[in-house]
Amino acid sequence: MEAGSDKVMSLREAVKRFVQDGSHVSIGGFTVSRNPMAAVYEIIRQKIRNLHLYAHSNGQGVDELIGGGCVSRLEIAYGGSGRFAPTCVRFRKAVERGEITVEDYTNYQMTLRFLAGAMGIPFLPTRSSLGTDIVRLWGFDETMRAVEEKVPDKKLVELENPFGQWGDTKTVILVPAVFPDVTILHVQQADEQGTARIEGLSFADIEQAKAARHVILTCEELVPTAVLRKNPGLNQIPFLHVDAVVPVPFGAYPTACYRYYDYDAAFLKAYRLAAQDDGRYGQYLERFIFSVKDHAGMLHRVGQEQLQRIKADTSRGYAVGLDRR
Amino acid sequence: MTDFTAREMMAVAAARHIKDGDIVFCGTGISLLAAMAAKHISAPRSVIFFETGAIDAHLEELPLSVADSRIMYQVSVNGSLADAFATMQNRRTGRQVVGIIGAAQIDPYGNLNSTAIGDYFAPRVRLAGSGGACDVASLVNRTIIFMQHEKRKFVPRLDYLTTPGWIDGPGGRERLGLSRGGPYAVITNMAVMRFDDASRRMYLEGYFEKTTPGEVLQNMGFAVDVSRARPVPPPSPRELSVLRERCDPQRLILG
Repeated sequence: MEAGSDKVMSLREAVKRFVQDGSHVSIGGFTVSRNPMAAVYEIIRQKIRNLHLYAHSNGQGVDELIGGGCVSRLEIAYGGSGRFAPTCVRFRKAVERGEITVEDYTNYQMTLRFLAGAMGIPFLPTRSSLGTDIVRLWGFDETMRAVEEKVPDKKLVELENPFGQWGDTKTVILVPAVFPDVTILHVQQADEQGTARIEGLSFADIEQAKAARHVILTCEELVPTAVLRKNPGLNQIPFLHVDAVVPVPFGAYPTACYRYYDYDAAFLKAYRLAAQDDGRYGQYLERFIFSVKDHAGMLHRVGQEQLQRIKADTSRGYAVGLDRR
Repeated sequence: MTDFTAREMMAVAAARHIKDGDIVFCGTGISLLAAMAAKHISAPRSVIFFETGAIDAHLEELPLSVADSRIMYQVSVNGSLADAFATMQNRRTGRQVVGIIGAAQIDPYGNLNSTAIGDYFAPRVRLAGSGGACDVASLVNRTIIFMQHEKRKFVPRLDYLTTPGWIDGPGGRERLGLSRGGPYAVITNMAVMRFDDASRRMYLEGYFEKTTPGEVLQNMGFAVDVSRARPVPPPSPRELSVLRERCDPQRLILG
């Protein structure tokens, strides 16, 4: 992608342009931190279906995309949201009802898969998972793999170390690269070209961005290029990979965005309760997603008072003393 | 005598197994409390780290997820997942790493299931999955496992093997190429279990106050050797005060 300000667009436009029915999508963040929630809600609002979704441990974003009926296939390591949902509720229901097909990996495997994708190589080796059912049992069968060209023919492959005992390793598991059609991330700052600055933990966001054909970045703040280039050591994603830049304040809400706001414990708790019942979940979707025009509309429903409560302390990066019971 | 809860006893029992200088791979919940307590009591030079990449977090408040912003504050380095798993395997740091993990099912050799109950392809209960648990148990030297002591959780055969323990006994890990590591202790709400050096099978090492070896066995789906079992000393007043006042004053995990 060339540099240029034509990348700045609305979230509605970005999702329309880069996410279609059946797209292979990966989302950044981890459990209740920096999930690209505004984009997740926009995908649900646009009623996009049959996504093939990749993540490592993205609790909230994965759960809401599944709950919104957008996902048919999922490759993940972990479907939980920390203490807020040891197992994500809509994820669990969808698997138990046979509504989605899941292929299980580990966090390290998913990380290596994104890294391989970023490097443009077919696979990477690891010593993790030898002898486990993660290697033995495939979520997608051989027939599906044979016809689906965006899915590798095999899940994981065991290989004797071709370098003998080099590296004190007898056997490795090869994990196949992931090449998503689009990766969606929420970051603290970006410029109009798409250079991005992530503060705090980057999780596997950088690898996920580089593995994808297209990248949608939502950001808390759109800042001038000159500002990001003044201290470039703090930037992680070069604009070369980025197609769309969308400024969305509170774009990770209700998950946390380090140094901007905390997760909303009250909202996440209410979400979990709603998710447990199909009727209540329908009301949740209507109230916070379908009946509002965009993320600002959703935040309006949440209310200023609640948003004020999760505002990050400037030195600590989270809401000090937030009631999280 | 001071009164204490089973959770407090679990956290303290695990903290006692953390050595000074250990690099402690933590999940959230009780494993983190154990690591924090150890740091304040017996292992001041231990380092808490998370699979998300945060190293030596300065935990002023208890995080509720391993991606919580509270673990990013005043760390040595906020890295990435790739960095964290490298720390577990790195020639210099890997040997010092002790992992603390939990699961829904455990078998006599300390293999774990955190993926599904019932048939994997049509599960009765779908669980969250491995996360980093399989990785840490595959890659580091020592793992401590937290479990609730229930018959349905201590099973002769797992429904799904998410995380490797001692596999099927002596030589099991080596045969597969898991050159180092293996489960070190299982800490439950009733007892501390260890693994026999020769058979690699679980045995009862210690039982908590108000329980007996017989009661421990009644809550397991398989029998273990109890001949070496001894009572576990209850938490000391200092252990309890650190846990309650410094680690979890809001009782977010202690309940």
